Amino acid sequence: MKQYLHAANTDWYNQRLAGLMLWVLVAFAVLIIRLFYLQVIEGREFRRLSENNCIRLQSVPPQRGLIYDRNRKLLVDNRPSFDLSIIPKDAHPIKQTLNKLAHLTGIPLKTFETKVSGKKGILAYKSVLLKKDIGRDMLAVIEVHKFDLPGVTVDIRPLRHYITGHCASHLLGYLSEINAEELKNEQYKGYRPGDFIGKFGIEKKYEKALRGERGGRQVEVNVTGQVVRILKTVGAIPGDNIVLTIDEILQKKAENLLKDKAGSVVAMIPATGEILVFASSPSFNQNAFVSGMTHKQWNALVSNPLRPMENKTIQAEYPPASVYKIITAIAGLEEGIIDKNTKVKCQGYYKYGNRNPRCWKKYGHGTVNLVDALAQSCDVFFYQTGHKLGVDKMAEYAKACGLGKHTGINLDHEAQGLVPTKEWKEKRFKSQWLGGETLSVSIGQGSNLVTPLQMLSLISAVANNGTIVKPQVVKSIETIERIVLEKSKIETSKKLPVSAENLELIKKGLWKVVNARKGTAWNIRAKGIDVSGKTGTAQVVSSRQDEDEDEENIPLKLKPHAWFVAYAPTSKPEIAIAVIVEHGGHGSRSAAPIAADIIKTYLAGKESPDKK
Amino acid sequence: MFDRRLIENFDWGLVGLTVLLGSMGLVILYSAETAGASAAHQILFWRQVIWFCIGLTVLIIACLFSYKNLNRWGFEIYLLSIILLICVLMFGKLVAGSRRWLLIGPLTIQPSELVKIAVVVILAQYYSKRAKIHGFSIRELLTPMATVIIPCVLIFKQPDLGTAMVIVLIAASVTAYVKIEKRSLFLITGACGLIAVLGWFFLLKEYQQQRILTFLDPDRDPFGAGYHIIQSKIAIGSGMIFGKGFLKGTQNILSFLPEQHTDFILSVLAEEWGFLGTIFVLFIYLLIIAWGLNTAHRCRDPFGKILAVGITAMIFCQVFVNAGMVMGLMPVVGVPLPLISYGGSSVVTTLLGIGFLLNIGMRKYIID
Repeated sequence: MKQYLHAANTDWYNQRLAGLMLWVLVAFAVLIIRLFYLQVIEGREFRRLSENNCIRLQSVPPQRGLIYDRNRKLLVDNRPSFDLSIIPKDAHPIKQTLNKLAHLTGIPLKTFETKVSGKKGILAYKSVLLKKDIGRDMLAVIEVHKFDLPGVTVDIRPLRHYITGHCASHLLGYLSEINAEELKNEQYKGYRPGDFIGKFGIEKKYEKALRGERGGRQVEVNVTGQVVRILKTVGAIPGDNIVLTIDEILQKKAENLLKDKAGSVVAMIPATGEILVFASSPSFNQNAFVSGMTHKQWNALVSNPLRPMENKTIQAEYPPASVYKIITAIAGLEEGIIDKNTKVKCQGYYKYGNRNPRCWKKYGHGTVNLVDALAQSCDVFFYQTGHKLGVDKMAEYAKACGLGKHTGINLDHEAQGLVPTKEWKEKRFKSQWLGGETLSVSIGQGSNLVTPLQMLSLISAVANNGTIVKPQVVKSIETIERIVLEKSKIETSKKLPVSAENLELIKKGLWKVVNARKGTAWNIRAKGIDVSGKTGTAQVVSSRQDEDEDEENIPLKLKPHAWFVAYAPTSKPEIAIAVIVEHGGHGSRSAAPIAADIIKTYLAGKESPDKK
Repeated sequence: MFDRRLIENFDWGLVGLTVLLGSMGLVILYSAETAGASAAHQILFWRQVIWFCIGLTVLIIACLFSYKNLNRWGFEIYLLSIILLICVLMFGKLVAGSRRWLLIGPLTIQPSELVKIAVVVILAQYYSKRAKIHGFSIRELLTPMATVIIPCVLIFKQPDLGTAMVIVLIAASVTAYVKIEKRSLFLITGACGLIAVLGWFFLLKEYQQQRILTFLDPDRDPFGAGYHIIQSKIAIGSGMIFGKGFLKGTQNILSFLPEQHTDFILSVLAEEWGFLGTIFVLFIYLLIIAWGLNTAHRCRDPFGKILAVGITAMIFCQVFVNAGMVMGLMPVVGVPLPLISYGGSSVVTTLLGIGFLLNIGMRKYIID
């Protein structure tokens, strides 16, 4: 019964309808008041705006983040580019305006006409770009004649500027206009044709941080297209700044030392993995990419036999040559095949079947132990060690030392190098591993391939008492107000597969390379600086040369690549370095002096804190 | 047995208003489409004429059987509409990043439009059985809430925020009509408010907050929605009192208006016919809405009453949201102006709804 008492009846429903109708009336009243406001009260103003169709959208590009070196020296900034544009609809009469413009700028009328032709109807309201980056002289002329040039506008656009062209170009990378393919990419959502994006190096890898956010403006323009009022602005958000780990002074020094050569110099702080020098030679001028390159310029770059577009530090793969002996030594010691007392008699060749591979020193080193074998780079000692280890054992140690895989540096296109094994050869060449190949591998020749950065990582780990630190190129990312958003962290995930005791032995050998009279890099010893290192001479053809062969008479492309890896000071290393000079001959002659020079500069700079 | 009273009670006034509004819609569409383009472009106009004829046929069919059958088949209709929505998500035609349309033979239909009717029907079915003078409690409202949320989520995924929002608004209006218990009303409002505040501060990331702010205030983004709004406001305002005249709208001609033939068609009307013309069209909408509520008033059966209110709410909500958006009072969401915006499914759905209104009016004295 009670249920029926409370049940809704027709009267109840009808009462509630009245309430609904009231709401409807209120809503319509709101619409009509708004309509009255827009059409009657503000109508005249809107009519005026509609007659000129003078509301235009202007994009406000964000300021791209700056890039600094570790001492906050500016490496990359932005400079204004003045772009000449025209809005055909406003440039009435267009023929006359273009004529005047051609006369003032000295640019042929024809180039303008082809750009403007076909821009009729709706398209006539769109701005047409006539010439990018016109330079201050032309800008001044146009500003003076502004009133004779209806519809002509000069837009200021920030353009990327690499303060020293060629400097660290492989690391910094470059910007260039986004292409059709990239525009379709999900990664570049929100980008428009004509935008510049990082295409290489840090500029590409950190595009997101550097870019910032586009802003915009609604403006009212007059009949000649000049802005008379800004209606609304949404400010652009500048991109974040990046502080790199590299030291500009050292970087420039390294690039100078590599001048006219193909090769790479890469150095870092062993304890932190911060890269101090990241040079690849020859380099290229990044500014040329920004302002747009001609076909000829581009062809010259890509057809250069010294491969300037290759980032040799991480992309080029070379045989490690005698630097690899560090790994053979580690494997031999850890596997118990050799110890500090092992002595091998080097007569200038190693007895192996009827092949008898030779030591680089024609008449041999005499009887040597491990330390001396490293210092004098005796091939026979390591032939024997490698022979006993076998190729797969050596490969195991090489991989544990970081060869054959990425170092993990945060840059694109890092090569892996190659650590040969029996299985690899069977898969790759469908043929059996030959014993002689094991001997080649044990002294870093044969199919072994490494990048300069991998060699740096190895020598740095030796300096760092066995800890492998991931190389870093970015020290921090900060906002324009210098609020730090991201700081590099030291990443130490792995250790060299060697005991402290055995590592000491190897380090002793490396010290003697520079500091013993018979050491292969005795020539670079210097007062006050205690350097340890290892030379390498990578054969580019299968025949081996002896030290006493006249190097000068060998054609350049047959000359071996010169390696030198080093760290200093020996007792408390502050810098580790790897240098390769393509076809530089002996490591001690062309690579070691470069390394010594960089080390000297770096340590000198550290001693006097008031350098800048 | 055919009842003569059916013809006697046929509401010719409502039919007249509908046809008048539809014809005016076609005139405006003609202008919007002719904008600067050649005559060959009037394909949309003729398509809309055909859709209007189809819609009138649907309207007549909707009068032929008693609306009480809808009460019987409410759930099946609802289920069918949900299946159609799932089909859209799976096989729908992708246009500009969203899937809203199904291709059936030569027709392109937008099932989310039909869902509006299905939701009204099932809500009327539920509420008419349970209505009492104190209104509904939260517990009783859980079922209708779920019933509304399911299609809304499916539509939201297309994504079509506007239609999903309108369906929620329609459902809310119908529910307000059958009354919510005071306590429950406070609870629901409080809970929604609390969730919104907590969600804002703890769940949403900054960029998501920015997006919502831009949605609420398009002026924050002068390139996207903000640009459309200012152009739309210029078009409307420049119409002034008497308008610029048929085919004379300049904003329209220069295609400065986005979506001028669909969601922004009201600005074409306001520009060319001025304040007086726009007021006239709004007045006809108001008449149709009053007519719908009057139909509900005269009907004696709770299901019929609620159904009539729901259909009227459907028309009202779309008019209000669309006009509010075009005049810059509301966020920019894609909601068509009933009978005027281009779009077959919208026209057919509106005419179907008006058909049901006629149906209810015809059978007000018949109690079975």
